Amino acid sequence: MPSTYTLIKGETLASSAASYSFTAIPSTFTDLVVRTSTRGTSGGWNSVILTLNNNNSSLYSVTWLQGDGSSATSNRQSSQTTMQLDRNTIPSQDTNLFNNTEYYIPNYLSTVAKPVSNFGVGDRNTTEAYIAAMAGLANITSAITSIKIENNTSNFVSGSSFYLYGISKS
Amino acid sequence: MTRPTRVEVNCTTGETSIIELTDAEIAQMEADAAAAETQRKADEKAAADKATARAAILDRLGLTADEAAILLG
Repeated sequence: MPSTYTLIKGETLASSAASYSFTAIPSTFTDLVVRTSTRGTSGGWNSVILTLNNNNSSLYSVTWLQGDGSSATSNRQSSQTTMQLDRNTIPSQDTNLFNNTEYYIPNYLSTVAKPVSNFGVGDRNTTEAYIAAMAGLANITSAITSIKIENNTSNFVSGSSFYLYGISKS
Repeated sequence: MTRPTRVEVNCTTGETSIIELTDAEIAQMEADAAAAETQRKADEKAAADKATARAAILDRLGLTADEAAILLG
């Protein structure tokens, strides 16, 4: 049985960083998966910005849904220069806690716009917990060769991790 | 003072680079952080205002939050 879920690259930050980028992504897979475990260096929930191919033209749209157990919110943004995902990184004061998030990019080599899905959870122990899901579209018609994950509120703390996997047709 | 950095990993060669942010990138990060904080405060105020309005309506109706949840569920 062929392996269809392959680790391309991944690491845990040894020191804080404002962003983490996967570049020169090989064109040997069908889909891409990014898994992150993150905490920010500032108080309050930190937001994450996703950029594909370093393209900051107004090509991105995002619809997101969030819930904390007592209320739910949803929003849609179109013609954006990045994909911004709120509450996707745990605040700095939550020592030892990390947000878990997965991004999925199917058919990343295609010549049509690229859908991007996101699912993330952040549990602040006794304080609060959030679940967030996102449906995004990047109107980029070239193959995806780089993915930048940026903390637009502060930095990702040391110990945050970023993993990129390739999915192949079996 | 240590400058903020960004990390770039080349998935073909496996090489990892740690790059200091430029002055422009730092300025953009600070502007984004300020905007995010403004948005966070606005979201919290909106949620608090909504909770206050909900409580006032329930009070006028003479219902508890649990009773309202049963009615709307």
